[in-house]
Amino acid sequence: MSAKPFLKIDHVDKIFPLGGGKEYVALRDVQLDIRENEIVSIIGHSGCGKSTILNLIAGLDTISNGTILLEDQHITAPGPERAVVFQNHSLLPWLSVYQNIEMAVRKVLGEDLSPSEIRDHVMKYIDMVNLDHAKDKYPGEISGGMKQRVGIARALSIEPKVLLMDEPFGALDSLTRANLQDHLMRIQMQTGNTVVIITHDVDEAVLLSDRVIMMTNGPEATIGEILEVNLPRPRNRLELQHNEEYLRCRGAIIEFLYSKFAKDDE
Amino acid sequence: MVPKYLNAVFLPLLLLGVVLGIWSYTAIKIPGFPTPSDVWRELLVVLSNPFYNNGAGDQGIALQLGNSLARVFGGFAIAIAVGVPVGLLIGMSKNAYTAFNPYIQILKPVSPLAWLPLALFVFKEVNTTAIFVIFITSIWPIIINTALGVRSVSEDYLNVARVLQLTPFERVFQIILPVAVPFIFTGMRLSLGIAWLVIVAAEMLTGGVGIGFWIWDEYNNLNYAHIIIGIILIGVIGYILDTLMGLIADFFDYRKRGLK
Repeated sequence: MSAKPFLKIDHVDKIFPLGGGKEYVALRDVQLDIRENEIVSIIGHSGCGKSTILNLIAGLDTISNGTILLEDQHITAPGPERAVVFQNHSLLPWLSVYQNIEMAVRKVLGEDLSPSEIRDHVMKYIDMVNLDHAKDKYPGEISGGMKQRVGIARALSIEPKVLLMDEPFGALDSLTRANLQDHLMRIQMQTGNTVVIITHDVDEAVLLSDRVIMMTNGPEATIGEILEVNLPRPRNRLELQHNEEYLRCRGAIIEFLYSKFAKDDE
Repeated sequence: MVPKYLNAVFLPLLLLGVVLGIWSYTAIKIPGFPTPSDVWRELLVVLSNPFYNNGAGDQGIALQLGNSLARVFGGFAIAIAVGVPVGLLIGMSKNAYTAFNPYIQILKPVSPLAWLPLALFVFKEVNTTAIFVIFITSIWPIIINTALGVRSVSEDYLNVARVLQLTPFERVFQIILPVAVPFIFTGMRLSLGIAWLVIVAAEMLTGGVGIGFWIWDEYNNLNYAHIIIGIILIGVIGYILDTLMGLIADFFDYRKRGLK
């Protein structure tokens, strides 16, 4: 593949000072090019710094050495072109589903849109995650899966260049998780977003991704292997069950996580 | 089995009977101590003409209570106007917290009445003095609870604000205040309760028209039944104030909304 890098992570280190002159090197020399419209997942054991990479791309954390470029622009601070779907959804509990999305749309796109356009825009994304019936409900009144769908709708509604997802389905039961994965794949086919997903779920990584980035264990974690998933879209989890390429990818990740970089204290 | 709602009426009435018994016994033992029936008769007299005004020294009970309430709300309002912004500041800025905290910790345990002579010297007028004392009473819980509310804003909400690039102004009004408001009202409710306690003592010292001085005046008039009436009315009004503040606090608490 020869497409130019859209999101470039260039020799990035992340070092946390521990006080008393000591420091913890979380990431060492991370190097990754992500193409436009690509879905990439980053997988690794806990403590491998995978969430740290996401925070660096989001700009929520500062880079110690190296650079991250999005369309040749240096990332130095958070911004709406890099929307984040947080693991615990982070909806504002005093706003309804509609208002949570409206607040983001108003802030990011508000200057270009009339009130009726804002309304239509918000409804388009509520519709995309099939939550029309719950638009006036408060986060405390809906299930965990529905909250995460609102979180995804909010992130997409501001039309980001990159969608960053930090273990987005980690807190959900497996049936709800499957449902949301299907939602995400369908939506990404429609919108063509570039997506970076942090996960620790092998099946999720293979099902969703064009490439799976496997992280070595920390400290000084870095990218161990990169796996291309050559499966056509749309993907169907039922059909993939016995698909050779699916099983090959799955096997390669399990081999990496539980043999090459096994971690026994988990 | 007695139904619950009957219990709710019956049990307090039973206790009332016990209290009236002890009270009557006390009235027999201490000559001149008003009996429950004395107080009941006097209460009807006092409440039958609550708004009479025979000049500064002799006014109806409603005017006495109204004057006290006006002082409480005056001092309370100023305390909110000063305390909420200060609380927001020290909740959001570590430096502001470091600067203010030692003084808050030292001044908070001082009885507000200790400020009264100083205030009287400065203002040379009882009404302003009483309002100032209520201000000093009310401000600490408001500052402390507002700051606590700001600090309890989850990191996740602040990250949402950062990704959306909210301005500091938008961050305060769209993220911090909605979380902090229930805490602010808790502080206001505490403050109002203490203010209503303190105003009685403050008025006993300053004089003038007000429920506190009214009680002290009736002591000097040897009218002990009126003292008991004062105690009961202060309690009833304090209860009403607290209930109203509770209702207002619930109205502004997002956690109590949308969860019917």
